[in-house]
Amino acid sequence: MDTALSEPQSSVATAGATAAVRQALAACEHVVLGPLKLDCGVTLDRYRVAYRTWGKLNAEKSNAVLICHALTMDQFVAGMHPVTGKPGWGETLVGPGRPIDPERYFIICANVLGGCMGSTGPLDIDPRTGELYNLSFPVVTIRDMVRAQAALVDHLGIETLFCVTGGSMGGMLVLQWAALYPERVFSAVPIATAARHSAQNIAFHEVGRQAIMADPDWHGGNYAAHGTRPARGLAVARMAAHITYLSETALQRKFGRQLQNRDALGFGFDADFQVESYLHHQGRSFVERFDANAYLYITRAMDYFDLAEAYGGTLATAFRGTPTRFCLISFTSDWLFPTAESRDIVRALNAVAANVSFVEIESDKGHDAFLLDEPEMFRTLSGFLRGAGNARGLRP
Amino acid sequence: MDAPENRTRNGIRVDLQLIADMVEPQTRVLDVGCGDGALLEHLLRVKKVDGRGMELSQAGVNACVASGLSVIQGDADTDLGHYPADAFDYVILSQTLPATRSPRAVLEQMLRVGKRAIVSFPNFAHWQVRLRLLFGGHMPQTDALPHRWYDTPNIHLCTIDDFRELCAEMGVVVERALALDRRGHIISGLPLPMANLIGEQGLFLLRRK
Repeated sequence: MDTALSEPQSSVATAGATAAVRQALAACEHVVLGPLKLDCGVTLDRYRVAYRTWGKLNAEKSNAVLICHALTMDQFVAGMHPVTGKPGWGETLVGPGRPIDPERYFIICANVLGGCMGSTGPLDIDPRTGELYNLSFPVVTIRDMVRAQAALVDHLGIETLFCVTGGSMGGMLVLQWAALYPERVFSAVPIATAARHSAQNIAFHEVGRQAIMADPDWHGGNYAAHGTRPARGLAVARMAAHITYLSETALQRKFGRQLQNRDALGFGFDADFQVESYLHHQGRSFVERFDANAYLYITRAMDYFDLAEAYGGTLATAFRGTPTRFCLISFTSDWLFPTAESRDIVRALNAVAANVSFVEIESDKGHDAFLLDEPEMFRTLSGFLRGAGNARGLRP
Repeated sequence: MDAPENRTRNGIRVDLQLIADMVEPQTRVLDVGCGDGALLEHLLRVKKVDGRGMELSQAGVNACVASGLSVIQGDADTDLGHYPADAFDYVILSQTLPATRSPRAVLEQMLRVGKRAIVSFPNFAHWQVRLRLLFGGHMPQTDALPHRWYDTPNIHLCTIDDFRELCAEMGVVVERALALDRRGHIISGLPLPMANLIGEQGLFLLRRK
């Protein structure tokens, strides 16, 4: 099918979006671009990309760093998050004296296509019908997200990005960037990621999606029209997913079997254990800032990701002749995107004699380590960027 | 090992400097077992090579990458096979050959992946080694072989003559062969058979026929 969708005439600000998203949009630059032919065959005539930048583009336009966010993250990497009121998700990574320093780099982060923080997604109004898209929004892929980002980079007048980096789903975007636009990516740092989503990871995503769709308040995705939100389903999805972001060691260390606000077992089904209470909190706070349909769409995009598929099933072919300098980072206790996945990518890059570094970092914090204060990750990133900067001719 | 001041020239060990001297500027180099990256860093800075490293120890890899070098964690025995033929002008294996499981296969891979191979190794036929075994009756411990028998990484020790023989058997061209003293300096003016007795280390520049 090749259905043309025209301009997103009405922004989410006037649609059934939450106050949170309205705030996010107000705090954020955005640009309307298009057309974009999606992998599913649908063409978005116009689409919006919400983004944030830090630092200044140098005269040579050679210092731009694109940060690709993970599944439930957004463009608010650093500074105060307008929705949660908390520091951005990448505060330890981006900022003065941090590995990605706005004094040195022009830093860009954009909400992914299909997201719920201002970029076009299921929360928008379908210009053909004047109704909310909800589940009639076309299914987007990681490649669609990257194409949308490339159009943003064009809009910003940047030909070649000095670095594209990101963790988890963000790492998938990094790999897709490098495969799709090798000449536009001087260096690439995919962190805690994989070149394809594994069966186990698809399985976990499906549990989350089923939880959302099983919530009576979901209403086939049309919850806005019913004045409801599938908060319980989305919270369960988040709880299940959150476990996969941690490690057994980290959970045991943090909670053990400690009881929550009580001295003895309650012989009931309240949150007896601290770990239960913690997960409930994770679920509750997540639904405050994230949209259930967007969660369906973005998890689907990750599930569909298999970089080698478009290159005859051979990952190395995706990188043949690549001029990009790569640095892969994984964490020992990450069982969602284990080191073996990064090693597969390294092997593929070696097979085409690409310039690649690979560091596995000892951490017991599981997949989430990539978002945490991991000094060795920062040392790696700083060193790699310094080396790449020298090669790029950036002033030290 | 000697104190570093005995063994350095231009900031790196003399034996590493000799390896660097064999590398043409602006070539593609893979340093297998690159350790802390001293040689790689030197080659990048002085010879402007397109340099990569492979190192077994994760701590070594992390230190290399943090100092801006392109290094991956990998094993000479298993991971050279992932590179395409002729990916590099030089593949370097410094002091690591005796620690590999299959030295011959590693050499073959080095000369498949690289147009030339540079190999250095401790010479087990050095006179001190011979004397220590002959009169001491113990596994020899020398400057070039500092480990005790139970903690040495070296599982395939060889002599300079053994190595020459293997090269001949493999049909590999020896472009240069050097015998080095304990400080890593070239022992010059040696007749060939003496190298095997006097050299503490062998350093070879090889290429395919």
